[in-house]
Amino acid sequence: MAHILLRHRDIENIHELDVYLAHGGYEGLKKALSIQPDEVIEVVKKSGLRGRGGAGFPTGIKWGFIPKGPGEKYVIINTDESETGTFKDRELVEKNPHQVIEGALIAAYAIGARTIYNYFRGEYMDAAYRFEEALKACYERGLLGQNILGSDFSCDFYCHYGAGAYICGEETALINSLMGNLGQPWSKPPFPAIEGLYGKPTVVNNTETLANVPPILVNGPEWYTSMGTEKSPGVKIVCMSGHVERPGNYEVEMGVTYRQLIEMAGGMRNGRKFKALLPSGGSGPVITEEALDAPMTYEGLTPYGSVMGSSSVIVMDETTDMVWAALKMVHFFRHESCGKCTPCREGTFWMEKVLSRIYHGYGTERDLQILESVANQIGGRCLCALGDFAVNPVLSTIRHFFDEYKAKVSGAGQKQQATRETAVATAD
Amino acid sequence: MALIAEKYAEEIEGILKRFPDKKSAVLPLMHLAQQAYGHMSREAMQEVADILEISPTHVLALSGFYSLYYEEPVGKYVLEICNDLACALRGADEFVEMVCHKLGVPVDGTTADGLFTVKTVMCLGACDRAPMLQCNLKFEEHLDEEKFDQLIARLRAEAESGKEEPSVVEKIMAYAKS
Repeated sequence: MAHILLRHRDIENIHELDVYLAHGGYEGLKKALSIQPDEVIEVVKKSGLRGRGGAGFPTGIKWGFIPKGPGEKYVIINTDESETGTFKDRELVEKNPHQVIEGALIAAYAIGARTIYNYFRGEYMDAAYRFEEALKACYERGLLGQNILGSDFSCDFYCHYGAGAYICGEETALINSLMGNLGQPWSKPPFPAIEGLYGKPTVVNNTETLANVPPILVNGPEWYTSMGTEKSPGVKIVCMSGHVERPGNYEVEMGVTYRQLIEMAGGMRNGRKFKALLPSGGSGPVITEEALDAPMTYEGLTPYGSVMGSSSVIVMDETTDMVWAALKMVHFFRHESCGKCTPCREGTFWMEKVLSRIYHGYGTERDLQILESVANQIGGRCLCALGDFAVNPVLSTIRHFFDEYKAKVSGAGQKQQATRETAVATAD
Repeated sequence: MALIAEKYAEEIEGILKRFPDKKSAVLPLMHLAQQAYGHMSREAMQEVADILEISPTHVLALSGFYSLYYEEPVGKYVLEICNDLACALRGADEFVEMVCHKLGVPVDGTTADGLFTVKTVMCLGACDRAPMLQCNLKFEEHLDEEKFDQLIARLRAEAESGKEEPSVVEKIMAYAKS
C-alpha cells in the first residue's frame, strides 16, 4: 500500500515544492479554501482524526473550541518530539515538510489564524533545513503570505527552536517557552483555545496530526474512517526501537496488533525471546506477552492497564533487566521534571534514588515499599501528565516483574559495578 | 560587549520580526550567543538581556532550565551521546564507556587540548540509529568504534586546518535573514 504520511518513501524528492505539487500537493488546501472554515472543521471532526502526539484528543473538536469572529489567533505545530523512543515527527519534517505545512495552513484557515509557528526541539535544527527551504518556496509561490492562492486568506509561518526540554511538548509549557519564559505548564483553565499564545486563542497540534489533514480534505472523511477501527480510524506512524531486527518508523492502519508490529520490524533481534515492551515510549506502562495480540488503538491496551500514546514501541528481549529499564526511565523523568509541582520534582528525585539503590544491590524490602509509596503520591497530583508518566515505568515493572525486584533486595543478585552505574548516575 | 549584535545583526533583526513580543526571541538569541561566546557566560547573558530589554537574571534562569545551554566552558566540539533506554538497549552505555576511555575523560569532562567535551543526554529522537550522538547539534548515527575514530580524526583535522564551517545553529538562524 502506498504511504499516506511517509510519502517520501514512495515519491523521490517530495520535499521539493514542484514534486509535491506534481503529486497532488496543496490540493487539500485548495479544497479547504473553496468551503467555509466551519465546514473544514466539520470534515476533520467526521474523519475521527485524533491527536497523534499521545493524548489522542479529537482534532476537529479542538479546532471547534476556538472562538469565532475577528481577533488574533495562532496555530502552533508541536515538533518538540522528545518522548523516549519517538522519532516520527523528525522524519516528517525532514522528508515530507510540505504535507505538514499544508496541514497547518488548513488548520489556520479553519480557525481564522494569520500566524503559524512550528516549535522544533532545539536538537532538531539539523533536521529542519528542508522545512525552512519549503517555507521559502511557499512564500515565493504565493502559498504563504498575503492572499494565499488568490483567496482572502493570508498567513505567515515561522519556525522556532527550543533548547532541550521534554516538558515543552506539553502545550501550555510550549506556549510559555515560545513567549520566552521557562517552559513550565500552567494550571488549566484557561485553556489555550481561549487564552494561549500572547493571551490569544491558540491551537497546538502535533506534527503527525497535521500531516493527516491534507489527504482527509482531498479524499473525504469517509475515506479516512474506512481505515483503522471504528473508534480509532486512520493511519499512524509507529516508531519501533530496542531489541528488534529493523528499528525504524512504520506507517500502519490503526488496529494492527503489537505482535504484528514486532514482525514488521523484522522480529526479535538475534532470535531472542520477547520479554516486554513500552508501547508509548517512556510514559506508558510496560506490557508483556499477554498483551501482544491487543490492537494498537487508543483503547486497545486499556484491559492491560496501558496506553497507545504516541505509539513509540520500545521492545525488550529476555536479556533485559527490568529494574535497570525502570531506572533508566525514572532517570529520564527526574531529569525532565520542570520543577514546578512538588510531587513530581521531589517524587522523581526520590524514586530515582531508591530505585538506584535497589538496582545496585543495596536495597532492602523496605525500599520496595518506599518506592511504591512515593510513586503513589505523585500520580494525579500535578499540573501536567509528566508526574503520572514518571510513575508508570515503576509501578508497571513492579506489577509484572516483582520477582526481579525481590531478587535484588534479597541479596540474591550481585552488587552492580561501574559500567551502567556511571552511565546512569552522571547523565546530568 | 556586542558580539552577536555585530556578528549576527541580520539574523537578529529577522528573528525579532517573527514575534509581536521580542521576549519570544530569547531562545534563538541565546543559541547565537552561545555560538559566539562559546558558552552562556555572564557577558553572553548580558548581551542577550540588553538586546531584548529583559533582566539578565531571566536569561540566567533559562540557561539553567534548558539543557542545550552550557553554563560552564566546553570544548570546541561537544559530543552529546544519547544513552536513554531505547539507545541503551542497543549498546549506548557501552559506547559511552568506549568514548570516555578513548578520549581519556569522564562524562562531562573536556580533553586537555580543549577540543572535545563528552556529555550524555536524554533521547534525541534517533533511537533507530543507535548508538548515536550529536556533535555541536549535528547528528552522527549508526556509530561504532571504527566510525567514532573516523569522526574524531575528521574533527581534529578540521580544527587543525582552522577552517570554520558554519555551525548548525548558524545555518538554521540564517533562514531568519531578510
